[in-house]
Amino acid sequence: MSKTGFVRTELVAPMPPPASTVGLTGWVRKNLFATPSDALLTIVGALFLVWAVPPLYNFLIGNAVFVAEDGAACRVDNAGACWAFIWDKMNFFIYGFYPAEEQWRVNICFALGTILIVPLLWPAIPYKAINAILFFLVYPVIVLILLRGDMFGLTYVPTEMWGGLTVTLIIGLVGIVCSLPIGILLALGRRSNLPIVRALCIAFIELWRAVPLITVLFMASVMLPLFAPQGVSVDKLLRALIGVTLFEAAYLAEAVRGGLQALPKGQYEAADSLGLNYPKAMGLIILPQALKLTIPAIVNSFISLFKDTSLVSIVGIFDLLNTVQASSSDLRWGSDHQAVTGYLFAAAVFWIFCFGMSRYSIFMERRLDTGHKR
Amino acid sequence: MSALEGPRRAAPKSSFFNDPVIRGRIYQALVLGIVALALFFVANNTAENLARQNKTTGFDFFFSTAGFDIFFTLIPYSRASYYWEAFLVGLLNTLLVSVLGIIFATIIGFIVGIARLSRNWIISTLAAIYVETLRNVPLLLMLFFWYFAVLKAMPSVRESIIFFDSIAINNRGINIPMPIFDNLFYLVVIGFFVAVGAVIALRRWARLRLEKTGQRFPVLTTALAILIFIPGVAWMVSGTNVELDIPQLGGFNFRGGINLPPEFTALLVGISTYTAAFIAETVRAGILAVNRGQTEAAQSLGLRDNDRLRLVVIPQAMRVIIPPMTNQYLNLLKNSSLAAAIGYPELVSVFMGTTLNQTGRAVEVVFITMMVYLTFSLLTSALMNWYNRRVALVER
Repeated sequence: MSKTGFVRTELVAPMPPPASTVGLTGWVRKNLFATPSDALLTIVGALFLVWAVPPLYNFLIGNAVFVAEDGAACRVDNAGACWAFIWDKMNFFIYGFYPAEEQWRVNICFALGTILIVPLLWPAIPYKAINAILFFLVYPVIVLILLRGDMFGLTYVPTEMWGGLTVTLIIGLVGIVCSLPIGILLALGRRSNLPIVRALCIAFIELWRAVPLITVLFMASVMLPLFAPQGVSVDKLLRALIGVTLFEAAYLAEAVRGGLQALPKGQYEAADSLGLNYPKAMGLIILPQALKLTIPAIVNSFISLFKDTSLVSIVGIFDLLNTVQASSSDLRWGSDHQAVTGYLFAAAVFWIFCFGMSRYSIFMERRLDTGHKR
Repeated sequence: MSALEGPRRAAPKSSFFNDPVIRGRIYQALVLGIVALALFFVANNTAENLARQNKTTGFDFFFSTAGFDIFFTLIPYSRASYYWEAFLVGLLNTLLVSVLGIIFATIIGFIVGIARLSRNWIISTLAAIYVETLRNVPLLLMLFFWYFAVLKAMPSVRESIIFFDSIAINNRGINIPMPIFDNLFYLVVIGFFVAVGAVIALRRWARLRLEKTGQRFPVLTTALAILIFIPGVAWMVSGTNVELDIPQLGGFNFRGGINLPPEFTALLVGISTYTAAFIAETVRAGILAVNRGQTEAAQSLGLRDNDRLRLVVIPQAMRVIIPPMTNQYLNLLKNSSLAAAIGYPELVSVFMGTTLNQTGRAVEVVFITMMVYLTFSLLTSALMNWYNRRVALVER
């Protein structure tokens, strides 16, 4: 009986998975029709898309007017967005009332800013310290000299003539650069052992956080002239900048405090036991870790700061939104969709900046994650 | 041994500045001095500037006649009213739009937040698009959009869009019917409160019974029945009569019903949808924060799907959701001040705008407005601290 049974010498080729679980069918089953209620939701969602997407496409692209001399082409029936209006007004949206023959100065500022910020944000490029000093300390001075003029033979351009995207970016950048150090100091003050310092910081932070930015801006524009000594006039843009910076500093203080509180107590004790004094302990041990923890919160407040720059239009500064709003009543381009097109453009600009910031923060968070999260 | 028993070493001599207590006092005195100096400088300048401009100070202007009209008021107000009445109108308008905004934002926010967690690809993508679009665009821009591009672009009064013969939409606002109750309607209201009381008692009884016997009682359906039945009986018995005041086109505008001016609608829609995007993210984060093990534990205990959500997931998620959500509510209240840009007469627009311009009392007006918002903020955080203490995890 040496007859042996059948023994396989090699593995059978695996059978393909059921057709309903792979490929497009599988994906559709799993993500769209998993249960009856899921299928119902899918149908409702699909109906919504069918209802919303074609008109949206027609408005934005299909029937939109891309090239036109004036509003006549946009006034016809069924015309979509009037993008030609945006192209025509682009100069105003970017530079505001900045004199045309001086706009190269703004362009240099934009170019310089891009040259400095790209390597700053790109982790692989070295010399971060020099780069940061150039961007945060030297660059604002250059921008001020270039835009304001009245120096080195440049003609004087008063801040009332600055406008558009330029002003929006200036307020955003100055707000971010100036409010972070103040915010860190306030956060440290709030965690201080000295009762008077702590009380003052708490009062400042809570007062600023409790009131809407618009009241702060009103206050800055109405009360700062009263606060200043006689004969000193505070520039309108500067007033708004002071208001925005103080307001934002209070929010950043709370974000940084969150990071300070999240650090384990051992870190503070370790710094003490090394004999470091307060500035060294904070600068070398506590803050580098705390700030890393607070990156998402800090970027979130930067995003809301950038969006809030639009409020300066209420106190009469011609930022991007205000230039769009002012152009929407231009009779030469008068049409039904003039205002909507302007708002869509402004929304797209703000969206690109804010979305970019939030994506970058997610990227940095992952990069800096050392796996020590508690 | 002897070394230990020797006389105690005197404290090492060092500069008094190295004593942290003394040093702390010196630092604080310095800070206090600088702040006091700065305040004095500012106060002095302000007083001088005011004196130079021949401006009087004080709160007496509250009792002089305002002399301006407000087109949207909840309390009787006219040109002849006092400034404090104008202030009250503004405050009430802020509160009205904030409360309604909070309700709508919460509803939309919860729906979108849960939708973003859906397994369904279309639904979650739509929710993600909603959140990412609205979060990254300034609120003021959206208010302009709703006000100038949508509501002000509605047809004129004569060509109003009319729904069901009772709702009229035109560029002067939305006119909706208003129910008019007669004198007996209070009986129905009493009936409603009785029903609410009955439902609360029912819930308590049902819980006690469940704990004692393990038997469930269908609370929800019974409660609904009670809520409909008792006021319904009150309605029938009292024979009260409710009429609808339907807007009618007369002269140059609609009369009757309630008119929601475009300023109000634009603000309400704008802040509700904007805040909803943030609330949606809060809700999503809260649900994701509940450890998966909790769901699995609930499943292994044999809880049904909605019991699992109701008894295990939602209570834990709410602990994470509610603090940031109150923050969003506070933000909504503060953001309602943007209405100044589209002319809805709320606190900032009435008080910091018109009143400030007319009276010139900048310091007083700014101070009062800030105090109002500060009060709301402090009240909310007090409430929040109390809640946090109540729901804080008791760790053993």
